[in-house]
Amino acid sequence: MIRKIIYISIFTFLLQTSSVIAGSTGSEELKGISSQDTAEECFEGFSRAMFEFNLDLDWAIFKPIAKGYRVIPLPIRKGTGNTIDNLRSLLTLSNNILQGDFRGAGNTAGRFAINTTVGILGIFDPAAHLFGLKKQGKEDFGQTMGVWGTNSGCYFVLPILGPTTIRDSVGLVGNVFLDPVFHITHNSEIHNGLLGNDNYSEHNYYYYRGTSAVDFRSKNIESFDSLERNSIDLYATVKSLYLQERNIKIANTQSSVETQDASDWEEIDTN
Amino acid sequence: MKKKIFIIVFVVFFGFILPNKSNAYSSDPKQFISEIVDETKKILVKTNSQAFKTTKLSEMALETVDIKGIGYYTLGSYRKELSDDQLEEYLVLFEKYFLKSFTSRLTDYSDPKIDVLSAEVLNPKYTIVKSILLATDKRPEVKIDWRVYTKDPNKPLIRDLIIEGLSLARTQKEEFSSVIESNNGDITKLFTALKKFVNK
Repeated sequence: MIRKIIYISIFTFLLQTSSVIAGSTGSEELKGISSQDTAEECFEGFSRAMFEFNLDLDWAIFKPIAKGYRVIPLPIRKGTGNTIDNLRSLLTLSNNILQGDFRGAGNTAGRFAINTTVGILGIFDPAAHLFGLKKQGKEDFGQTMGVWGTNSGCYFVLPILGPTTIRDSVGLVGNVFLDPVFHITHNSEIHNGLLGNDNYSEHNYYYYRGTSAVDFRSKNIESFDSLERNSIDLYATVKSLYLQERNIKIANTQSSVETQDASDWEEIDTN
Repeated sequence: MKKKIFIIVFVVFFGFILPNKSNAYSSDPKQFISEIVDETKKILVKTNSQAFKTTKLSEMALETVDIKGIGYYTLGSYRKELSDDQLEEYLVLFEKYFLKSFTSRLTDYSDPKIDVLSAEVLNPKYTIVKSILLATDKRPEVKIDWRVYTKDPNKPLIRDLIIEGLSLARTQKEEFSSVIESNNGDITKLFTALKKFVNK
């Protein structure tokens, strides 16, 4: 119950702040489906402080764990990543349907059914290798709202969770309600007033989310190191990459031609 | 006799060596990228020293990347506010910054395996060449698109790398914009940041 109240409070707070536009970092329109999206800052000072806090946390905790995870042999890491992706696909399925993408939903459902059974709980990916059902992008509720035409709202950084926008932070809350894995692991109320079931299997949800984060971080150790080393304003770099990535995901395309606005290049002639 | 030798030297130098230098890469965008990828692979073999890799990658970038064009692009609308002297200073600084950043990013990769897949002509000035950086045990497969500037069809130049849909040039542009805007529009603060990066 308490958690529900917290969720509703955050949701309300975020909706109220959606019109708050302050700060200045790199606002620019994005091309494609989110053409109205801007990268205005909600509260840049706070976001930069949170960004530094997250970097410190990453340095002290997440990066060392991700490096340790790398010690595990590749086939085991790959199997773990596949299993997590398989579970995560249930959230994608919910969002495929909400976006009216029934072809995508068919692909996601087919992949889940095959990989959970033939692929032994998702460890292997026979859906792609034997049945030609290729892995498609992950979907979440923030993307779904983007597809529905909701503007991103302003940009800010959350502690631990990292970069987000008003729309995507509302999406984070929506994900909890739409994710079947959450509901399977949190299927009843217990007497202490907290959401959860009596054998505490809700912990499994957080193990799943935690492993997913470690798996992601371990795949990006060198990339992020390179980004840190080569940026003159890492905060702005991460913001730009985050917004570009969300734009691609909402447009549901792999084509850079569709998502990159080339108009600024047109007036630059050097030969 | 001396005249003959002079003519031979002249013909060999200007008729063969110089054109060969400026035409070292194919004018076909897909082939052009394939050649750059092959050259990069040779430079980045593990046995080469860091200094060798940096020098060779810089030479290659100066020949194949439109550094000036990227410099203009990353300044965005600010380029119209600069005086000629400032613009000149910026372009010199940007080239140093670009080469350092470019070589630093690439030398992280040892023996990269890149497959060049296809090319899509956008218009007479631009072609997108698609490629894949194959997965290793440390990172997943990465899709890389190259924005090739083809205004001079005989000398294509790279203007942007789009990695998994994320444009490096655009990211750079927004980073520069952030530095300028967070210093109340003072562009000299960008120059200072670039100098700091180049000298670190």
